[in-house]
Amino acid sequence: MSNAPVTAAGGMQGAIQHDQLNKLRAGDDAPRAAKKQHNISDYAAPVIGFGGFIGFWYFMSYWGLTHIWGKPKFLITAPHRVVKDSFIDDRSRTALLHGLYWTARVSLIGLVIAIIIGMALAIVMSQARWLERSIWPYLVAMQAIPILALVPIIGSIFGFEIPSRIFVCVLISLFPIVSNTLFGLLSAERGQHDLFTLHHVSRWTRLTKLQLPNAMPTIFTGFRIAAGLSVIGAIVGEIFFKRGDKGVGILLDSYRSRAQFPQMYGALILAAALGIAVFIIFGWFNNLVVGRWYESTRKSG
Amino acid sequence: MGDVGAAPALSFDGVSMVFPDGTHALRETTFDVRAGEFVTVVGPSGCGKSTLLRIASGLTKSTGGSVDIADGNVGYVFQDATLLQWRTVQKNVELLAELEGIDKVERSRRAAENIALVGLDGFEKKYPKQLSGGMKMRCSLARSLVMDPKIFLFDEPFGALDEITREKLNDELLSLFQRKGFAALFITHSIYEAVFLSTRVLVMSARPGQIVGDFKIPFAYPRSPELRFGAEFAELAGQVSHALRGAHV
Ligand SMILES: Nc1ncnc2c1ncn2[C@@H]1O[C@H](COP(=O)(O)OP(=O)(O)O)[C@@H](O)[C@H]1O
Ligand SMILES: [Mg+2]
Repeated sequence: MSNAPVTAAGGMQGAIQHDQLNKLRAGDDAPRAAKKQHNISDYAAPVIGFGGFIGFWYFMSYWGLTHIWGKPKFLITAPHRVVKDSFIDDRSRTALLHGLYWTARVSLIGLVIAIIIGMALAIVMSQARWLERSIWPYLVAMQAIPILALVPIIGSIFGFEIPSRIFVCVLISLFPIVSNTLFGLLSAERGQHDLFTLHHVSRWTRLTKLQLPNAMPTIFTGFRIAAGLSVIGAIVGEIFFKRGDKGVGILLDSYRSRAQFPQMYGALILAAALGIAVFIIFGWFNNLVVGRWYESTRKSG
Repeated sequence: MGDVGAAPALSFDGVSMVFPDGTHALRETTFDVRAGEFVTVVGPSGCGKSTLLRIASGLTKSTGGSVDIADGNVGYVFQDATLLQWRTVQKNVELLAELEGIDKVERSRRAAENIALVGLDGFEKKYPKQLSGGMKMRCSLARSLVMDPKIFLFDEPFGALDEITREKLNDELLSLFQRKGFAALFITHSIYEAVFLSTRVLVMSARPGQIVGDFKIPFAYPRSPELRFGAEFAELAGQVSHALRGAHV
C-alpha cells in the first residue's frame, strides 16, 4: 500500500510554559521537560537549501544541459526568465493566477468530499472486523486503477468540466484519509478501552470520547497527505477534462504544446506552491487542534 | 481493621482461568477481601495476577468458579495511568463521572476535591504529556476516587516509578485508605510495598497461579514511613520473600 498510516511528526510541540510548580510540588520524579527551542539552523538550513536549489537550476540551464547531455539550453529556462515571462508579464500572470484559483478550488472541494466520505468509511470499518475486511479490498483496488482508463466513463457521467476533475481528486485522495483515520481509531490503548468497558459505555460514547480524539493526530496526517494528492488530482483531472475554466493543469498542457517553456515552468512553480501551501496550512491547523496535547515521537522540533 | 467479622467486599470462590489458546492462568483460587481490608497479592510475573483483577472487575469471564462483589462501584487503577492524552488533568479526573452521566457542576466539584486530595492542585490545566510518571499516577488515582468506590483494584500501579516516588505514593495511598475506608486488592511485585501497605499479603505460585502463602500484617494504621526500617517489618518481609522464592519454580 502506497500510503501506509504515518504518525504525525515534527512541529507539534505546543506552547508549554515551564512551570516552577513542577519543581516545588511534592518532590515527585522530575516532570518531562517541555522545551521549545529555536535553533538558528532551523531557519538557516532551508534558506541555504533554497539558494542551492536556485544555483543548481542556473547551473543546469546555462551549462549542465548543453555540456552533459548536449541538449539545447532553452529546455530549462533560467529562473529569472521564468519570473519575468510568467509573473511580471501581465497577460501570463493573469492567466496563471486565474488558473491557480480554479485548481485550488477544485482540489479543495475534492478534498472536503474525500474527507467526509473517507472518515465515514473509516468509522464504519472500525465498528466490526468483518466490515473492515469487506471494504479494504475495494479501497486498495481503487488505488491501483489508472485514472486514464476511466476517463471516458467519468467524462460521460460527470461531463468534461469541473465535476469530473473533482471526482478525480476524490478518487486520488480518499485512501490516505481512510487508512489514517482507521489506524487512529483502532490504536487507542487497551487500558483506555478497558476503562470505558468498565463503565458500560455505548459504541457512540466510545467512538466520540475515546477513539476519535485519540485518532486526531493520525487523521491530520492523513488530511495532509490527501491535500497534496488532491492538488495532484486537480492538475491531472484538468489534463483529462479540459472543457470549462482553465486551471494550472490546462495551462501547463497548452504551454507545453506551444513550447512556451518560461510560462510552463511558471505554471509548474504555481502547482508546487499550491501543494506546499496546502501542506503548511494543514500542518498549522494540526498544531492548533492537537499541538497542545500530542506528544510527538520526534524529540527536537 | 480487617476483622474477621466484617462482610466480604469481594470474594473469589474456586476461580480458575484457562484462556482459549490453552494458557492455564489461574487454578482454583479462593479468598475474600473484607470491608476495610487491604489485601496485596505478590507473585512471579505471568502467574495470573492481572487476570485475577480482570476477572474481579468483570473485564474477563472466568472459566470456572465464581466471583462475588458486594458493591458494583469498583475502582480500577491500571499499571499505566491510562489517562486520555487530549484531556487536561481536570477533564481526565472528571471522565468516569462523565461516563456515568453525573452532571457537569457535580463532577467538576468532585474532580476539584480529589485533585486536591492527591496533591495535584495547580495542575488542573496541564496535559498528561506535561506530567511526570508519579503525577500521572496521582491523576489516575483521583479519577477513580471521584466515584468513591467501595472496593479498589490496583494492578501494579507504582511498578514503573522510581523508589522515592513509589514510597511517597505508598504513604499517600495509605492515608487515602484510612480516610475513605475502601477495601483494596493490590498487586505488586515489591515485597516491601506489599508488607508496608497491607493488612494481609497473599503469595501466588507460578502459572497456573494459586495462593500458596497468606500472611497477616499486624501493624496498626497510620503507618509511619519509618516502619520500613523496623526489625519486625524485616522479619515479615523475609517470610514473604521466602514463600515467594518457593513459588518460583
Ligand atoms: N487474553 C489472553 N489470552 C491468552 N493468554 C493470556 C491472555 N491474557 C493473559 N494471558 C496469559 O496468562 C498468564 C497470566 O497473565 P497475567 O494475569 O497478565 O500475569 P501477571 O501475573 O504478570 O499479571 C500469562 O502467561 C499471560 O501470557
Ligand atoms: Mg500483570
